[in-house]
Amino acid sequence: MDQKMMIKVGMADLNTSKYPGVLTTLGLGSCVGITLYDPIEKIGGLAHVMLPDSTQIRDNQNKAKFADTGTIQLVEEMTKIGAKKNRLVAKLAGGAQMFAFQQTNDLMRIGERNVLATKKILGELGIPIVAEDTGANYGRTIELHTHNGVLLIKTIGKGIKEI
Amino acid sequence: MPKIHDVDQLNTLHLDVLREIGNIGSGNATTALAKLINKKIDMGVPKVNVLEFKHVADLLGGADTEVIGILFNLSGDITGMMMFVLDQRSARILVNLLMGREVHDDEAFTDLDLSALQEIGNILAGSYLSSLASLTNLKIAPSIPYMAQDMAGAILSVPAIEFGKIGDKALFIETEFIEGHDQVSGYFILIPEMTSFNKILNALGVWS
Repeated sequence: MDQKMMIKVGMADLNTSKYPGVLTTLGLGSCVGITLYDPIEKIGGLAHVMLPDSTQIRDNQNKAKFADTGTIQLVEEMTKIGAKKNRLVAKLAGGAQMFAFQQTNDLMRIGERNVLATKKILGELGIPIVAEDTGANYGRTIELHTHNGVLLIKTIGKGIKEI
Repeated sequence: MPKIHDVDQLNTLHLDVLREIGNIGSGNATTALAKLINKKIDMGVPKVNVLEFKHVADLLGGADTEVIGILFNLSGDITGMMMFVLDQRSARILVNLLMGREVHDDEAFTDLDLSALQEIGNILAGSYLSSLASLTNLKIAPSIPYMAQDMAGAILSVPAIEFGKIGDKALFIETEFIEGHDQVSGYFILIPEMTSFNKILNALGVWS
């Protein structure tokens, strides 16, 4: 893959790309990578969200930090460059519990809550989730390929897969 | 007494105090490590990193670098997290030194190796935190060690999310240590919660 076409998305950040760009985020842990894709225009979008709900947090300036506002902003940014909202399909990855203590306490199960919140907002927006690789206890590096909407997921010791 | 609500409110003096805390804590932890493996260990100058979340994952040599993170939840007067992070190779050498064995870098860790690493983490975090506690006269109780072997970004996302609840930046007090001969290197990272900044700065007389 030509490195020039790789667009990196950091934690609490989002970005969009037209064909032939590849959107990537490295080392997703409890955060969720929300990818949206318009298969006709070949436009992709990726948000790396950290927290489920912007209404629970006082300081919520950075919309890309939250599953709810991040998804809404991602849809807006994609429609600005020509995507149609009713054609968008979603794929999700991440939402792991990296450390064992996160499994014992409901408040600490942040990965799971991030995934649930993402599904809720996508449901409200009427965007179907066509694939996901979420949960478990390991990190993921993901790449969304705008030429076909494939989401490539790389892990350490758990192999590589496409969804 | 002024109160800090956000990482951005910390001024140069505050950051200097936090750097000095990192210096004392990791100085003690480095000494403990040196005694444990009977080797000379050099310690870098502690850094107080105030980072936007999108840059957090670059902290340990790239978001998808494989590292071993040993994490402690802190309770008591100071709350937050403490982490001890090593790359795969350094962890292997450290275990070899401790157990008096020669095992190749590429081999996976056994349960006993992992347990030894956790115990190293336990001893080092204990000496870091006890020096900090006696300096400030504050109580700090670390949890049992929790370990993960994975991508640096994925591991750092755990403390970063805690900062995400209160602001748009994370603060890490980070110290690198290097054992010259075998080149074991790693990091001690103290990640205090915002309420703890006020207690630390107050205890050290910054506002008196």
